[in-house]
Amino acid sequence: MVRKMLEGSQAVAQAVALCRPAVICAYPITPQTHIVAELADMVASGELKSVYVNADSEHSAASVCLGASATGVRTFTSTSSQGLLLMGEVLFNIAGMRLPVVLSCVNRAVSAPLNIWNDQQDSLSLRDSGTIQLYAENNQEAADLIYLAYRVAEDHRVLLPAMVCLDGYILSHAWEAVEIPTPKEVDAFLPPYSPLYKLDPEEPRTFGMYANPEVYTEARYMLQRAMEEAVTAIQEASHNFELIFSRPMPGILEEYRTEDATTVILGMGSLVSVAKDVADELRGQGEKVGVVKLVSYRPFPKEMVYEALKGASDVLVLEKGISLGSAGPLLLDVRSVLHGPHQPRVRGFVCGLGGRDVTRQTIKAALAEKELVDARFLDLKADLELEGMGQANRDRQPALARGARRKRAPRKEGINSA
Amino acid sequence: MKVTTGAVGLPGTSRQNKTGSWRINQRPHFLHIRCTACDLCALCCPEGCIYGNGRNTYYSDYEYCKGCGNCAAVCPVDDIEMEPEKGGLPEGVFVFYDEEEFRHMSTA
Repeated sequence: MVRKMLEGSQAVAQAVALCRPAVICAYPITPQTHIVAELADMVASGELKSVYVNADSEHSAASVCLGASATGVRTFTSTSSQGLLLMGEVLFNIAGMRLPVVLSCVNRAVSAPLNIWNDQQDSLSLRDSGTIQLYAENNQEAADLIYLAYRVAEDHRVLLPAMVCLDGYILSHAWEAVEIPTPKEVDAFLPPYSPLYKLDPEEPRTFGMYANPEVYTEARYMLQRAMEEAVTAIQEASHNFELIFSRPMPGILEEYRTEDATTVILGMGSLVSVAKDVADELRGQGEKVGVVKLVSYRPFPKEMVYEALKGASDVLVLEKGISLGSAGPLLLDVRSVLHGPHQPRVRGFVCGLGGRDVTRQTIKAALAEKELVDARFLDLKADLELEGMGQANRDRQPALARGARRKRAPRKEGINSA
Repeated sequence: MKVTTGAVGLPGTSRQNKTGSWRINQRPHFLHIRCTACDLCALCCPEGCIYGNGRNTYYSDYEYCKGCGNCAAVCPVDDIEMEPEKGGLPEGVFVFYDEEEFRHMSTA
């Protein structure tokens, strides 16, 4: 184990190198580029014995990884934003063919308008692709989740692609002390990939065959079951990680000062660090505030989320993305496990879009909100005139649940069943 | 029957999948009167299931013919007619085989 000052991208690249993928294929995109540039350097210098393929698009990069993975070897790719969306079509195929491709997504806003800065709309938009999604709070986690991603993805109960998500710039371009394990330690944690099936000219096979209505449903059912198994696989791998690497691995989620918390802030990625600061500050003033960091967004760990939140009376979901026309996708997931009576009211906030900083004030504004909101945009600027709309926060968007609440008399009867 | 992880199987499933089961109410009838062996019908068949070697020898393999009518439409001498289906469509098949089942199907 060596402790090094590393840029987030370097930490991810070094973790990937320790997993020794046979094939790395990528197409550069900001803010992800440093990861594959670092890996390309290692390959060019002979330090890493991988085949590095430059693709002509992210669709091609993902396709190269699909094909390479089908030959039974470990693969890696990395992307951001539009690049991830372009990979989307292939990711569904990778998942359907049950290939454990690992990729990192350096989270960035999607166009239009064009924006290269951080939010999580890119990966959130691919939540239904059958790809495991793990979100890092800091650079240590970004690196550690790479080892975990390979181990879980290649688990025969799972066999799904896995994506490690790290916030663009906030993590990818920030320098932090990161513990990098020895190759021996990584090998102890991550066994060689042993494919269930592989492409081999001596024994030809076809992957992802045509499925007529008589079997397609079952194939999709198998994917859902694999995702459910992934929860167990992540738990087991996290436990094993902690034994081998002697540092915490919250592969599913992490609870921070939630023991007696009445208010819990839930989020993913780097904004959790700010939420923890707010919790510390408010705890100092006697308020019982805790934080839940969700690491595994897909699979969504229903039982663990329920257990972590059931004691609270108020849950705030902060997310850097939105399912336009509905609410924050994470809010919908969290509400889905807390819909009974006498359960905490779950409120949804959208923040940190396109690189707008999530500050303590952002989170305090959410805490001050009393309405049962689904997609309240935080930090909207009152001095901007929005064509055809006047000012942004003049018309506070009515919460879906507000109408529902009117019909149901007392709040404690359970307000989240709208 | 077994549904394999990742829908992986042995090659040759295109032959196993009898697309002739997709026909609805018409199929091509090769009249063998004016055929000049131009081969356009075979070239335009999306299923690649029209065969022939010389004038008035062309035929469609009804196990795979989907009844699209492209061959009749492109025939420059109107020597192919679409005629009502006479029944006896091949049965559709499942294509996720484990190896044992697949080999059995292949030899059946």
